[in-house]
Amino acid sequence: MKTGIVYTETVVHAPPEQFAADAPYQLAIVSLEGGGRETVRIAGERVQIGDAVEFAEERNSIPFFRKR
Amino acid sequence: MRSVAVVGIGKTAFGAFPDRDLRSLAVEAGEKCLADAHVTPSKVEAFYLGNFAGPSFVGQNHLAPYIAGAMGITGVPCTRFEAACASSGSAFYHAVASVAAGLNDVVLVSGVEKMTSQTTPRVTEILAAAGDTAGEVRVGATFPALFAMIARRHMYQYGTTREQMAAVAVKNHANGAKNPLAHMRKVVTMEQALAGKPIAEPLTVYDCSLISDGAAAVLIAPLERAAEFTDKPVRVLGVAQRSDHVALDAKEDITTFRAVRTAAEKAYKMAGVSANDIQFAELHDCFTIAEIVAAEDLGFVKKGEGGPYALEGRTCLRGERPVNTSGGLKSKGHPVGATGVGQICDVAMQIRGEAGERQLERNALGLAENLGGSGATAVVTILSRA
Repeated sequence: MKTGIVYTETVVHAPPEQFAADAPYQLAIVSLEGGGRETVRIAGERVQIGDAVEFAEERNSIPFFRKR
Repeated sequence: MRSVAVVGIGKTAFGAFPDRDLRSLAVEAGEKCLADAHVTPSKVEAFYLGNFAGPSFVGQNHLAPYIAGAMGITGVPCTRFEAACASSGSAFYHAVASVAAGLNDVVLVSGVEKMTSQTTPRVTEILAAAGDTAGEVRVGATFPALFAMIARRHMYQYGTTREQMAAVAVKNHANGAKNPLAHMRKVVTMEQALAGKPIAEPLTVYDCSLISDGAAAVLIAPLERAAEFTDKPVRVLGVAQRSDHVALDAKEDITTFRAVRTAAEKAYKMAGVSANDIQFAELHDCFTIAEIVAAEDLGFVKKGEGGPYALEGRTCLRGERPVNTSGGLKSKGHPVGATGVGQICDVAMQIRGEAGERQLERNALGLAENLGGSGATAVVTILSRA
């Protein structure tokens, strides 16, 4: 199970055409345990910088993380 | 290496022009520039064009000879440069290199973008392709989202506030309101800027630059020949292009643009000046946070002090070192491919004393910083009175 810490985040209100139905949605760059960073979507509760998160699921090949 | 001078400038207004196509905008800027330098198209030895996404925005490729031909420039090398929002900054860098090296003498450098014929969601999608489409873009990042994440981290690490970011918008709109070629010639108050519609939190619509149509052009030549073209030559004292990873999550520290820092180091060294010597600047405020980060990376202030620097008025028109007297990308407009050369024109206009009611008295040494993507390309140019 991938886990990490939120390095930065935003909530997108003006999406590109293909994600119009998803907005508003939260994105985060997560510093992964074991090294490296990944840009992911956040599922469920909103997160802030420093929050611990874990991989939740993949939808349409998009990785979603959630607060631990 | 030979010294190079800007001997002609030409710009269209920036704005939304439903009746104008890409080529007519580029031709207008190019012809104004050639007229300014009193040269005929037959004297141009090479054409360097910056354009980000003509093929996506208007369905036209092979743009450099397409535009040059319409100006009567044929038979010479005509090349398009693409480096996201730094496309024409990059074209300028490479054009200067060719003149400095002695490969060419008289070179026209232009930038153009025609964006407003697409819907905003489609423009957002086309712009997003300047990010990493296999990573950040695939999961839903837009450019506002990438800069929003830069802003969040800058706020977290340095205590930067929304009010400090809004101060950039207020200042740039105050300047742009006085620029006859600006897209949105309207004053914005701090209250309005703070109450804007959210685009990508914490950025509101007032933190984002405009979607614009427009073109800009400069003619460059060896400094020793400048008098043939103009009595107001502007010397290219230093110019450098540097790069970094495209993906924001691949950058070690997102609160700084490494490409801007390293390009600035190189340009300062080439020019023989330091940050303190720069009297005014055009900075790439694609988002308000980008002007704050750039001011730090260029050494105008220490890391983390860009926020207070913006709020204290030190960068306003009558401040100690005015930034974006043109109105910046925020108010003047941001036709992506035209922005880099547009900034060179704006700095040159100040040095030539042609900035109208925005004219500065300390106008001998100016800098332009042009940023591509979330910092994967940066071009820093230092211009002076010849």
